[in-house]
This record gives sequence, C-alpha cells and structure tokens, in this order.
Amino acid sequence: MNETTTTRNPAQRMAQMKSVVMALGMLPVLILLAIAFELMTGKFLSFNNISIVMQQASINIVLAAGVTFVILTGGIDLSVGSVLAASAIAAVEVSLWPGLGMLGIPIGLLVGLVLGLVNGVLIAFLRLPPFIVTLGSLTAVRGLARLLGDDTTIFNPDLPFAFIGNESLMGIPWLIIIALAVVLFSWFILRATVLGTWIYAIGGNHEAARLTGIKVSLVLLFVYGVSGLLAGLGGVMSTARLYAANGLQLGQAYELDAIAAVILGGTSLVGGVGSIWGTLIGALIIAVLSNGLILVGVSDIWQFIIKGLVIIIAVALDRYRLKGGART
Amino acid sequence: MNNNTDPILTMTAISKTFGEIKALHDVSLTAWCGEVHALMGENGAGKSTLMKILSGALSPDPGGEIRIAGTPMRTGDTRLSKSLGIAVIYQELSLAPNLTVAQNIFLGAEKSHRGVVDRHAMRTQSQPILDRLGVTFRSDTLVGRLSLGERQLVEIARALSTQARIIVMDEPTTSLSSRETEHLFKVIEGLKREDIAILYISHRMDEVYRLSDRCSVLRDGTYVGTLERDELDAKRLVTMMVGRDISSFYKKAHQAYEEDREVALRVEDLADDKVIKGCSFVVHKGEVLGVAGLVGSGRTELLRLIYGADPASRGTVYLDGKAVTPSSPRDALKQGIVYLTEDRKGLGLFLDMSIVDNVNMAVAEQDARPGGIRHFSAAAKRAKQAIHHLGIRTPSSRQAVGALSGGNQQKVLLARLLEAKPRVLMLDEPTRGVDVGAKSEIYRLIDDLAKQGLAIIVVSSELPEIIGVADRCLVMHSGEIAGEVVATPERPIQQEELMAFSTGSFPQSNASEDASHNKESLA
Repeated sequence: MNETTTTRNPAQRMAQMKSVVMALGMLPVLILLAIAFELMTGKFLSFNNISIVMQQASINIVLAAGVTFVILTGGIDLSVGSVLAASAIAAVEVSLWPGLGMLGIPIGLLVGLVLGLVNGVLIAFLRLPPFIVTLGSLTAVRGLARLLGDDTTIFNPDLPFAFIGNESLMGIPWLIIIALAVVLFSWFILRATVLGTWIYAIGGNHEAARLTGIKVSLVLLFVYGVSGLLAGLGGVMSTARLYAANGLQLGQAYELDAIAAVILGGTSLVGGVGSIWGTLIGALIIAVLSNGLILVGVSDIWQFIIKGLVIIIAVALDRYRLKGGART
Repeated sequence: MNNNTDPILTMTAISKTFGEIKALHDVSLTAWCGEVHALMGENGAGKSTLMKILSGALSPDPGGEIRIAGTPMRTGDTRLSKSLGIAVIYQELSLAPNLTVAQNIFLGAEKSHRGVVDRHAMRTQSQPILDRLGVTFRSDTLVGRLSLGERQLVEIARALSTQARIIVMDEPTTSLSSRETEHLFKVIEGLKREDIAILYISHRMDEVYRLSDRCSVLRDGTYVGTLERDELDAKRLVTMMVGRDISSFYKKAHQAYEEDREVALRVEDLADDKVIKGCSFVVHKGEVLGVAGLVGSGRTELLRLIYGADPASRGTVYLDGKAVTPSSPRDALKQGIVYLTEDRKGLGLFLDMSIVDNVNMAVAEQDARPGGIRHFSAAAKRAKQAIHHLGIRTPSSRQAVGALSGGNQQKVLLARLLEAKPRVLMLDEPTRGVDVGAKSEIYRLIDDLAKQGLAIIVVSSELPEIIGVADRCLVMHSGEIAGEVVATPERPIQQEELMAFSTGSFPQSNASEDASHNKESLA
C-alpha cells in the first residue's frame, strides 16, 4: 500500500506539470510572437496596434467560440463563414427598414441561430455525420446569402448600429467588448453548468454519455445552435464595421480561421478535451500573425503559406499532446 | 524432462523505470519448449510490462538480458522479436474491425502475388488455423461483426499463423465463454505437444491449475518465486501474490433466496427481433440473480433491452408491479434501473474526466442549482463519500479516471450507478479485468446492496463467480432463457447444471434430486 502511494507522487507531480503546460498551452507562443514582431518592427506593441489586432481578431474569436462548443462534442462546423454572410445580408437589409433599423441586430442573430439549429437537427436527430452536414450547409447557405442579397453588395451608409464596429465604451472598442463577453459566456457554460459537463462528456465518450442518461441529442442541438447564433453575431459585427454586406465574398474561409483558432488553442479534434481560453489565445495568435506579417512587409502570398503551415503545426501538436497524455 | 534441455527463453535481471516509477525490478524468468509457464500477480504487478519488454514494445533499463535459445537478443525491437518467434496476444485487442478475419490474421504480413494482395491465399491459409481453433465464423467474416470472445480467438489465430516458438497470452480467457475457454485449452495443449513455449498470464486460479507446468509470481514489479506443478496450491499462490489471505471470497451475508420475497422487477416476453427471442423472469427485492450463458447467448443484449439502451420489439418491464418499459437509458435511470456495462472503457467511463465528474455524471442534473448551474460542493462530497465507501485508491478526487487501475475504474463506475439511488442493479461482468483484491471488495459490495434490499442481476462468464454471488441463476442459450437453477442453503448451484443449460443440453430429470428446481421455461 505504501509503495503505491510513494510511486504515485512523482507521477502526480508529472501529471500536475503536464496539466500546467497544457493549461498554458499556446500562451508562450503568443507572447514570443508578439515580442518577435515588436523587435522586427518597433511598433507592434503600441496600444494602438494592439487595439487594432484585437479588433481584427474579434469576429474570429466569436466564431471560434461557437466552433469550440461543437468540436468539444467531437463534431465540426464548416458552415460558420457562410452563416455569417447570410446573417450579415439579413442584418443590412433589415437595417434599411425606416425607423426599425435596429431590428437588424436581432434578425441577424436569429438567422444565424435558425441556420445553426437546422445543422443541429440534421446531426442530432437524423444522425448524419457533422462533417457532411456542415460541408453541405457551407455551400447551400453561401447560395442562400447570395439569394438574399440579390447577389450584389448591399450598403447602408446610415447603419443604425454602426457604433458596434466603430465606437468604444470607456476607451475599449465595442468589437473587443463583445468578443470578450462571448468568451466569458462560453467559459461560464462550459465550466459551471451541467450542460457544459455534458458537452465534455459527449466528446469524451459519446455512447457512455447516452448510457449515463445524458440528453445527447439536445446537447448536440444546443452546440450547433450556439455555433450558428455566434456566426450570426459575427455577421452583425462585420456589417457594423463595413456598413455593407456581400453574399459572395463576405466570410469566405472564415470557418478555417475559426477551426484553426480552436485547434491552436489545444482543443482536441476528437472532442472532450479543450478550453475556451485556449481558443481565445489561438484566435489572437492568428490575428497577431496576420498583423505582424503585414507590418514586417511579408507579401500576401507568403502570409497564406505561413498561416497554413501554422495550422498544420497546430494539428501536429494536437497529436503529440494526445500521445503525451497516453494512459497506462 | 524439460529441464534436461536448454531453455528457449531466459530473461535475466530485467528492470524498467517509467520516469521515477520502478515498474520492474531485477526480474528473471526462464521458459522451456513445450511447457505452459503461468505468470501470476495482481494488476500493476508488472506482468504486462515484462511481456512488453519481451515483445520489444518496451526497452528494459540497461543491465538486463534476454536470450532466445541461448543467443542474446537485441531488446526494444518488435520486428526482431517477432522474427525470432515471439508472439504476444495482448489484453487490449489490436484488430481492425473493418477488415475480414483473414486480413487481420495476415495484417502486416499480407500474402501477395507480384505486389497484388492475394486474398484467396490468405483465406485458404487462415481457414485451417481457424478450424484448429474450432470457431464458428469464417475467414471472410468482418471482425467488426464478431463478439469480444470471438475476436480474442482471431488474435490467437494470428499468433499461430506466425509460426511462433514462444506465445505470450495475456489473460486470454477474460472475454471467452466457458466453451470457448475449453477450446482454447485444447489448443494450448496442442501447442505444447508441438514444442511451443507458452507464457500464460492469468488471474484465474483454476486455469493455472489446469494448464500450467510451472507458475511464477510477480508482486509490485519484483519476482516473488516459481512453483512447480506439484507444488501449486491456491493458498500459497494467493499469499505470494498479495501477501495477505483472502478467505472472504464469495462469502454471502445477505439472506438467501426465499419464494415469498416481494418482486422488484418483472420482465415479460422481452424481445428485440435480433438476438433476444422473448425472455420472461422476475427478480426479487434483496435477491442476487445470476445470468449465465455462453458469449453470444444474449446476456448483455437482454440487460441492454431492459435498460432501454437498445429498442425492444415487444415485451414489458414491470417495476414494483407497474409497467415501466424504459424507452431510453435516461428513462431507466429515472425509474431506478441502472446498468453496469461490460466494457467500462468503451461504454462506461469518461477517461479524460475526473473521478468527481465521472461519479456525478448521472446526478449532476438533479443536484444542479437553478439555471442548470453545477453544485460543485455537492459533487465533491458525493465523490469523497464514494472514494471512502468503495475504497477507491487514488491520490485525489480530481485524478483523471484514465490513470486509475482497472479495479479502481470499475469502482468509479459502480459509484456512479449507486449515486442514482437504484432499485434494480444490473451488473454485466462486474469483475472483468479487475485484480483479486478489488474483486473481493466488489463481491462484498454486491452482498451489502442485496442486504439493503436492492434487486441485483449479475451477468458473468465465470461460473464460480456466479455460483458464489447468486441466490438463483438463469441460464441463457441463443437468446432465450434455457433454464433456472436455485441455490439452497443445503445445496449450492452446481457448475455442471449451468454448463448443461448453457450448451443447450438440459440435465436429465434423474440427474439430481433437486431437478424440480430446474424450471425449464421452454418446456
């Protein structure tokens, strides 16, 4: 008996160290990147630039938060970019209604939520594979967005909720406030509610979750609904920034940035392991890379290549981590 | 006579350290051709680690040596070990379910003709091996369609196909039914005659008696000793393994079954159109009902039907006289019917989550504060009590369940079921892959719960286990209840009766005086 407790202690210490390393995750990478860009350009770490980086990251943070819920259950949502576009179109169109322009916000959110729930119903109740369903809606919803906007760019120079994209509250841009609020909301759900525990449980062991009496279908419906809703929010944010929306171009490949942020944040693609703070750091790394590479003067083409490589390295890290966490 | 020749295998001074943990300390082992050398020890004693070193999956610490037929072998090279004739059948099966039996047997050693895989050759060459094992499936069956027991036989067939000289079997019978076990023993005896050395890891005393020529015991990573066949003695072996005496095995304290007990669960004509063909039986309050039968006879499927885990095509489940027939596991749990799966890692536990979360998974909802916010202090309290009550050995309740030993994992899963305040407890292979110490604790727990008035159903492939814990035993045979045997204080359940029912050959009415107890539901 004594032997087992004494042999456990080093193992425990190692496990503790491992969990610290895992909790920190990519934070050191983010800090190193920021320092490196500062050394190269001398203007990266200015208050102004950091605020710009955060604003650039904000929409991706919101999308990635939704995708985090989905990936934690072991699923995937490829449709968030298209859903963002459809929501943005709806939001601009409604904002043009005389006197009722503010309704653009709830309508934009609603469109996102409904589209997410459609994904959820197909996955949770018809038991279709998430990859296939959301790959389908990636294309179909893109078409829907173009249809809604008559395949043109819709402008509203007097957008009633333009303050979201351009103004600040006590010096902090609204975009950043919204993104951080979404992170806090997600953290609360995942950490403090029964629903959050169930999300991790389903990702960890889907069949065991069902046998334990967890309402698996409803939880799946919830995560895809949230992912859609947050994509809708992303649509509203992007509209507020641009005063316009275009069904063809808006949100193209955003889903890839969102998924990349989630994976960079250490959330396992298999599900069950990960955190929203990781996703926040992941999204910031991507934004820092984009911003920093521009400041350094790297060409558009090379930015693509570097960002792609970062995603691959992230998946490699994911694998390595899973191996490192192998159980006896 | 074996001792006259040189040993095929000598392992000398093998140590293995993981980080700061010493898994093996100076262990030596010798095996001769044509002998079955049993390796015993509790879970975590280092048997599997030793065998992984033999197979090359792990490298030993410097200083140790492995000799095959007198020649030193380079360690830590699986291909080399394989080519020298070492085959290991691990506890955790390593088969590809999407491939056929033949493809699995030749996995990594595919037969090919000018670079094209020769499926025909693989099929025809694997069939004789399967025939030697006396299996009922064919070489072109998909492994995914096979039961756990049948998959184990495919693993054995794979080892046989590599012309191995040393075959290591790591608890090969854990998932086999009595009949399959019997087959395996015959095969092992055949291999012995072919001069193959067999290293046989097992927890089961009867198997070791039956098979082994010698038996070595490991404890906490050290070599305790070896007994020759004529020295084998259960008490001595157990003492060597655990350093303590386990005489409380299978000791019943709850009241034995009486006819006039109140019925807790009544199952009527339950069927699923696939395996279960219509089963009816009752379980009384405070009774432990055993369910025996061969692998594939539908024991697990029956429990899953009652639990609502699979859809039933007809039939009714009554709880305390009320028709409840659960439509989902969630429904069953609400009624107080709980089910312990036979596959705790695959279907039971959340290995990345803590003991606290695993124990509370089914009750987190009812404990929650308004708005579905988790009640963490209640959860911590439940986990603490469970750890204390079930004797779960862990450094902390925050420990991820995946890092616990098999026995402790099983206790965590049991704790989750008990938190749901069950009235009917269905346990599917409750002691599978669990070490001796934890086994006796689980038996005591079952006994305690029966004393508290729970109705308990225990499915087990180990007949002595069923006989030990059950007051009454149903025997299943191809999806039906083939018979029922009642234990009385004067006369415990006989292994032969259970065997007869489960193989479909009913005992003759003059076989025993108590034949009147053997109600044949088919009659």
